[in-house]
Amino acid sequence: MRFPNAVNDESVQNKAVAANVPPKVKLIRSRLVLVILFIILVVIFFWSFTVGRYAIPLPELLTVFFRKMFGLSATWSATMETVLFNIRIPRIIVALIIGAALAASGAAYQGLFRNPMVSPDILGASAGAGFGAAMAILYSADALTIQLAAFVFGIIAVMLTYFISRLIAKGNNSVLVLVLTGMVVTSLFAAFISLAKYTADPNNKLPEISFWFMGGLASITAKNISRSLIPFVIGIIPMLLFRYKLNALSFGEEEAQSLGVDTKKIRFIFIICATLLTASAVATGGMIGWVGLIIPHLARMLVGPNYKFMLPASVLLGGAYLLLIDDLSRTIFAVEIPLSILTAIIGAPFFIYLLFKGKDSWT
Amino acid sequence: MILEIKDASFGYSKRTVLRNISFEVGTSEFLCLLGPNGVGKTTLFKSILGFIALKDGEINLDGQNIKKWSRSCLAKVIGYVPQAHTTPFPYTVMDVVLMGRIAHLGSFSSPSRDDVKIAEESLERLGISFLKYMTYTEISGGERQMVIIARALTQRPQILILDEPTSNLDYGNQVRVLLQIKKLSEEGIGVVMTSHFPNHAFLCSSKVALLNKNGFEIGTADDIITETNMRETYGINVRITRLADNHGVDIKSCVPLAN
Repeated sequence: MRFPNAVNDESVQNKAVAANVPPKVKLIRSRLVLVILFIILVVIFFWSFTVGRYAIPLPELLTVFFRKMFGLSATWSATMETVLFNIRIPRIIVALIIGAALAASGAAYQGLFRNPMVSPDILGASAGAGFGAAMAILYSADALTIQLAAFVFGIIAVMLTYFISRLIAKGNNSVLVLVLTGMVVTSLFAAFISLAKYTADPNNKLPEISFWFMGGLASITAKNISRSLIPFVIGIIPMLLFRYKLNALSFGEEEAQSLGVDTKKIRFIFIICATLLTASAVATGGMIGWVGLIIPHLARMLVGPNYKFMLPASVLLGGAYLLLIDDLSRTIFAVEIPLSILTAIIGAPFFIYLLFKGKDSWT
Repeated sequence: MILEIKDASFGYSKRTVLRNISFEVGTSEFLCLLGPNGVGKTTLFKSILGFIALKDGEINLDGQNIKKWSRSCLAKVIGYVPQAHTTPFPYTVMDVVLMGRIAHLGSFSSPSRDDVKIAEESLERLGISFLKYMTYTEISGGERQMVIIARALTQRPQILILDEPTSNLDYGNQVRVLLQIKKLSEEGIGVVMTSHFPNHAFLCSSKVALLNKNGFEIGTADDIITETNMRETYGINVRITRLADNHGVDIKSCVPLAN
């Protein structure tokens, strides 16, 4: 430590000058980044209509929106109306929601477990939701039941993890136990998924489950909007409201308590909300990996680790990212590429780049 | 404000670590807790802070039992400085110090301009304003310790509890951190601190508590830190000497002997 009256050391002075960004400037900068991210999101949103099969040029799109908004008569074909309102808009909105949900839950889990390497899979949420959906497909359930089953088993998996770890840790600091229990529950549900696949009919059910696991939004229609929007809103609002408190949790259970945070309550709220987001994303889009891991990192690089800015940045970035990935998935080849393949191909090298670049920030 | 521990027993679910402990710390008092590893110093602290439930007895603040106090009520009165550590995320020093305001914030709010002012005052008070914009994970261990003390001050506490605030610090930083804590206690904060060095107690304590296998003893540094007590507590031979500082004031020192 160097007190002003202690022997002066030049490196400190330099360090102080180099890092001398007043908080006001930083605050403005963080807000500006959020605004820019929002603009990028809007640009990608409109651009998404103009690519892929049945591309709709921007002027035409704006005409449709304008005339619809003011109740003017249609100047476009019925086919285009169907494509736009039953296929394109639902798919774009659902992609935004899934990306935002996965990124936000990843950001929350990383803070809860004080570990930047953690992702929505850690509590068993993804595996549980995956098992629920696989079972529903196995029994030829309809789309709504698949969603419900994914959600119910996602929550069951997380509850199992949460309560077993609490039983083991007996109310003491239990982050490590929680993560380990999460791994156990994940591998248990992964085994159940394999069992479901093993017993599935190899001619129709097995491919259906396998494709669903690879992730994709090809079958999204207008009714999926409310089914993903409702759980998203229920999950994201408490997270945004309590987000400043999450900062204290990333210093550890006891320190957060000593700062005056009711850690049990905050932890419970964030685990439930993040799991709801993960499960509903998995139920709608299948197992889409990497988003919950790399987007929070990117957000942290842009606006710093303070959840006041980091969580909204994750939401915006996650939405924009998955929408872009989905655009790629339906434009690169004539056949759609499953989303999890694309997110892994883009995510893996990007994550290695992050490891190189940001190694100081988490060692 | 007076922190009173009354006939308290501490421990975990099955094991009682400490029995029938009673002591008080008031405004401007500086209590240094000495004892060998594993004797239960940390358990005692964790119980005072409410992380572990008491097995028996009570803890009072100005005569009020704190058992039913909420986390945020407690955090407005007691500031806690844990052992030196880092976070996994690169927060700025200002971010870290501002977290001391959480107990004073509403459920859904984040720090306001007034909170920033209070955080700046804490940094100023400890003479570390120059750290304000730096990244917490990149500064030295001694600087981090001061930042955590600044965060505790930002809670505006009347009692400060420090768990080995000098561990992992170099010799100069140990003394500088201790003198800062002493200054805070002179300014009216009640301080409870653990240390492994009897000399730290001689340097700044108004009270010393000794925890060893024989039990718990509390008194002035002169009464408690004796050659016999040190031998019984740590199992080593020491000599306690007295010397005069530059102003002719006596200071004691505890020196370990090789035989």
